[in-house]
Amino acid sequence: MYQRGQEVRVAARQHEGHHRTPAYLKGKQGTVTRVHASFLNPETHAYGTDGLPEQALYLVSFAQSDVWPEHHGDAADRLYVDVFEHWLEEA
Amino acid sequence: MSLHDHDHDDRDHDHPHEPLTIVGEPVAAARVRALVDLLVEKGVVGRDDVRQRIDWLVSRSPSDGARLVARSWVDPEFRQRLLADTRAAAFELDLDPGPSPVVIALENTETVHHMVVCTLCSCYPKALLGPPPDWYKDFPYRSRAVSEPRAVLEEFGVHLDADVELRVVDSTADIRYLVIPQRPSGTEALREDELAALVTRDSMIGVAIPAVPSPAAS
Repeated sequence: MYQRGQEVRVAARQHEGHHRTPAYLKGKQGTVTRVHASFLNPETHAYGTDGLPEQALYLVSFAQSDVWPEHHGDAADRLYVDVFEHWLEEA
Repeated sequence: MSLHDHDHDDRDHDHPHEPLTIVGEPVAAARVRALVDLLVEKGVVGRDDVRQRIDWLVSRSPSDGARLVARSWVDPEFRQRLLADTRAAAFELDLDPGPSPVVIALENTETVHHMVVCTLCSCYPKALLGPPPDWYKDFPYRSRAVSEPRAVLEEFGVHLDADVELRVVDSTADIRYLVIPQRPSGTEALREDELAALVTRDSMIGVAIPAVPSPAAS
């Protein structure tokens, strides 16, 4: 489990098939801002299985300037994205 | 051209028109129809299940979300409960927060502005806002909302000052997000139901600001 305030990195791995981790975030570092509940794993649930074990879901925030190298907005602007535990690594 | 070669029960409908056929059906619609046919054939869902879900969806409306927002504008304690547990707060107003396990309300303030997108598909708090607008499901919004959100907001007519922190929330999984816009100034005299009328769908997605009512002509 990760804690609120913890720095994490989204795994940079490829995944064949349905998954809920946007490509634009892979390899990016962010901060856990909310710890949601655990939910069925969409990567297996999408294919007719029970989706167990459930995966913890986190709201992770990223600096826009970290995600987009040519960021044109304000330096304080951030992206908040829900990411499942098995896609996060300690940063 | 054959005109009107079928009967109508309703007598007001007596104008000529071409047969109502599915010509040029959008690819997405054809795909959905094929999927439904297949799922029904395999016994995964029944046609009644599909129809009930569609009936439920089109019965939902942003006026429900607007009631939550308006109450939060007039009742600070309700606002705290809405932020802490949006689903429970919806039940307080006899609203249906829907089947999604969690819906979370996000508070816009003088210094923070939220806008919501689903880059992977079209996740949306349908129970409280109704069906999402078409642009919410289209690629331009879904890609640009995360890569150049301030430009997107400008196109919606929303200019954020540089000292306002913009938070774009990408609802990628099981959580649905609803924005609580700021209460417009000049609305101190309005009743709660009048306030709710100012809360638009787009303002609860975070791409619009509730408009200040223009002074009534006397």
